[in-house]
Amino acid sequence: MAWQAIKQALQDAGITQRDVGFVSVANVGGWSAEPLPAISINEYAGLTGVGTYRVEAACASGSAALVTAANLVSSGAVDIALAVGVERMNESPTPTAVELIGRAGNYFWEFDMFGLTFPSYYALYATAYMNKYGATEEDLAKISVKNHFYASFNEYAAFRKRVTVDDVLKSRPVAWPLKLLDCSPITDGAAAVVLASEDVARKLTDTPVWIAGVGYGSDTSNLSKRPDFLTLRATRKAAAEAYKKAGVDPSKPVKSFDVVEVHDCFTIAEILAYEDLGFAAPGQGYMLAREGETYKGGLIPVNLDGGLKAKGHPIGATGVSMAAEITKQLRQEVPAERQADIVKGMGLAHNVGGTGHYTYVTIYSLQKPG
Amino acid sequence: MVKSWLEMVEQITRSEGLPIVPDEKTGDPVWVDLRELRLKYLIPIARIRKFFDGLKEGKVYATRCPVQDVYFFPPQADCPYCMDENLEWVEIRGRGTLVTYTVVSVKPASYLHYPDYIIAIARMEEGFNVLCWMSVDDPSQLRIGMPVKLVVKRREPEGFFTYYLEPE
Repeated sequence: MAWQAIKQALQDAGITQRDVGFVSVANVGGWSAEPLPAISINEYAGLTGVGTYRVEAACASGSAALVTAANLVSSGAVDIALAVGVERMNESPTPTAVELIGRAGNYFWEFDMFGLTFPSYYALYATAYMNKYGATEEDLAKISVKNHFYASFNEYAAFRKRVTVDDVLKSRPVAWPLKLLDCSPITDGAAAVVLASEDVARKLTDTPVWIAGVGYGSDTSNLSKRPDFLTLRATRKAAAEAYKKAGVDPSKPVKSFDVVEVHDCFTIAEILAYEDLGFAAPGQGYMLAREGETYKGGLIPVNLDGGLKAKGHPIGATGVSMAAEITKQLRQEVPAERQADIVKGMGLAHNVGGTGHYTYVTIYSLQKPG
Repeated sequence: MVKSWLEMVEQITRSEGLPIVPDEKTGDPVWVDLRELRLKYLIPIARIRKFFDGLKEGKVYATRCPVQDVYFFPPQADCPYCMDENLEWVEIRGRGTLVTYTVVSVKPASYLHYPDYIIAIARMEEGFNVLCWMSVDDPSQLRIGMPVKLVVKRREPEGFFTYYLEPE
């Protein structure tokens, strides 16, 4: 599966395995059999011998692997690095996958004692948010409807079937107030991206996509140690850092971007992201969903590939897949139904690990930064 | 994994000579791992032993750094701010307000033997939060901001002491 992605990335860049100086592999694992995925993948893909490692930042592993690969290139350590994300969650039965994702918080105090699941972590945010700001289950459902709609035009999406608000509201409860169709699925998937130095990139392509800025953030392991459940602090910090590096006006970031990928592992997560990335004021994010402002043609188009919700969320692959999607969007290579209008030439990927435990915000641009 | 399914795999392995079955979701052939691994971690608690002794007495303890005047809950043995190891053990007074909650319907594999459970977070009078199960018959009685209390009870069927929130 990783090979299918690596093959496309190498062919798109017009390079071979011999040109690759490092392979950075994002994978969380546990549910899948291979304990050293970087090594196994490289063997299969004809990359044996190249420097490599596995990177883990939970659901943000893909961005972490991409950023470390980009740093290897920008530091001059290598000319070309490959970032690969892969996850095979269906190698274990669903209750085992639910268990392993639920453990991805604070194991001892929150999982071993109280059985937190990944949906329940975000449900704690949803309950607090809805109570404070008056958002409804219908507002959350609209995120799912939008993302399923765009996934119907994405040949790589796990779910290409459209859903209605009613379908979402009637789907079975997973962790109240979140229901099955508020949740991203357990998914197998892979993505790969080639990162090259300026000199090399100019030789390979006329349309390089630049990384204009990356921001990082993290938060407490125990959810209970956070001051409130209305915002992901890690995203706010990462966004502020990324905007500063890329010269984006933090008071009106929507002006800078044509298209955005946000981490919608659950519908509430996309709404929190609108606010934490500064697209809406605190407590106003759900209004963007309610009014359809994040469809194409709205204030800011979000998750035109179907998002984690409908494209799928193969944990380690997600961040790399976001990079691939923003690259294709900026190059205007996706089907017209889900192609954003590219005017400003900038896009953003927001990738969260765990429940705001890790966050990476990466800004991509058709123009060389600085 | 379901016992009857494993028995089916055993039968297929014996009759066909290979542990290959159709995947339940996709129908694609899958190799059923010949090995099985059970994990049970041994977690060191010597430096926070007092917390567990407290549970046996019906008390829930936090730690507090007297220099920084900060509480730690769940308790930790070191203060990372002043590098101090001389934290005080303080019994939580046990009164707080409900901050948020959820009802877990889709449970992890190791929790399938419990009925659906409510996970809640309360802000305690002392200013820190506690996350644990909420004991209430009907979740629709819960209101954010309502007063709650922290109690120690045994969790059944295992019979270990742990802490719960209850409406005041």
